[in-house]
Amino acid sequence: MTTPSSPPCVDAVVVGCSAGGLAALREILYGLPADFPVPVIVVAHHAADGDRLMAEILDRDSPLHVLGAEEKEKAVAGRVYLAPGGYHLLVEADGTFALSVDPKVCNCRPAIDVLFESAADAYGERLVGVLLTGANHDGSRGLLAIRRAGGRTVVQDPATAAVATMPQAAIDADAAQHVLPLHGIALFLRTAADGQAGLAQID
Amino acid sequence: MKTADIEAIEVELFVDALRRRHGYDFGDYARASLKRRIAGIVAELGCRRISDAIPLILHDEDILPRVLGMLSVPVSEMFRDPQVFLGLRTHVVPLLQSYDQINIWQAGCAYGEEVYSLAILLEEEGLYDRVQIYATDINDQALARAEEGVFPLKGIRSFADNYLKSGGRRSLTEYVHARYGFAAIDDRLKRNISFAHHNLTADGVFCEVNLLLCRNVLIYFNRTLQNRVLHLFHDSLARNGVLCLGRKETLAFSDLAGRYQPLDAAQRIYRKVPALDDAIVPTVR
Repeated sequence: MTTPSSPPCVDAVVVGCSAGGLAALREILYGLPADFPVPVIVVAHHAADGDRLMAEILDRDSPLHVLGAEEKEKAVAGRVYLAPGGYHLLVEADGTFALSVDPKVCNCRPAIDVLFESAADAYGERLVGVLLTGANHDGSRGLLAIRRAGGRTVVQDPATAAVATMPQAAIDADAAQHVLPLHGIALFLRTAADGQAGLAQID
Repeated sequence: MKTADIEAIEVELFVDALRRRHGYDFGDYARASLKRRIAGIVAELGCRRISDAIPLILHDEDILPRVLGMLSVPVSEMFRDPQVFLGLRTHVVPLLQSYDQINIWQAGCAYGEEVYSLAILLEEEGLYDRVQIYATDINDQALARAEEGVFPLKGIRSFADNYLKSGGRRSLTEYVHARYGFAAIDDRLKRNISFAHHNLTADGVFCEVNLLLCRNVLIYFNRTLQNRVLHLFHDSLARNGVLCLGRKETLAFSDLAGRYQPLDAAQRIYRKVPALDDAIVPTVR
């Protein structure tokens, strides 16, 4: 039952990470069940061809199916999509993916900001944005856009992050609603995706 | 109404103004990237909202080149995705060798990095004298720069790396000359390239080509426009012509998929094959 105080249902989760991101992603995805009810869309900064290797590693260790995002493909539940190397990944209003080779943002392509800002437009309040470890400032702007569109935002506790710069930048930009360690993020996502209003207990 | 929904209306109004006032139709461009680019224009023009830029689109006589320049933000580098050029050397050059005259179209040439990379490849493979390359773009400012062939020197290091990975065997100094902090393409490489304005959304077939390259352009289009452009390419390709798309672009969803065979599937290099009904095969009855 939905009451005015309960957060809206979630249609998608977007995740951004950079330096130290593989291990962090692995831990979060390991904590999500195979029947996780919404798509997870990830931008991880990596070398141009690193996306394929990363997808392989994560797919092996995660109950969910991890694969590269393809242009015009619709994001569906039970899958984790990784942005391909060298391309920005965006979400269209109908939940399909778009790719671009537009200039780098925060010196990165794919950039977390580009995914997050487009996802904020596409999913509005029915989105959770997660920003993890990293050594630059990508993601803060996008996470703020998600928050402003009514979505929920979670940032990895900088004290627990391999590199604190990226999560700290998001906290400083007032983009973080929740600051959690990795296991807390997995629990947060499970609860949020179940459409329960039990988030206060996790904080 | 949500901000995103209001902005979606503004994007449509912007596209409509550009189409009705200047005749350039971005209506079939995929919206997420288009919106980012329009947001860039809006910031560049010093406007706060997308709708604030619409009066400028309508009334500023000089705005069109600037807007087109920013709507087709051209970024590339020499020998980008070197494996593609390796694929062209390995699979396409041997096919082209049998022709006396080779026509090539590069659609969406932007600043020309890719067309000059191709010219270098063809020169090294001994084909360049038989080649006529048409390099086209919607953006006249980009075309002018491409024709000039002068690039910032800082891109040269990745150029050198990519060149070697693409199967290059010579020294780059044969092709580019450092000049006042810039790298200028040797004039010799320009002799068989014609730069011309062509709008994929509106213009038609202008020549018959043996090789057609269009990389990372289709990703900006919706399925309708993708299909229109793939048909335009199909009609422009000679018998057995070769089509090279971007690394993340595919023919798979087009109704033309069955008319091509991959030469190098990973690098999205395809060869046009005759349709069954127009194949000339002796029939045994």
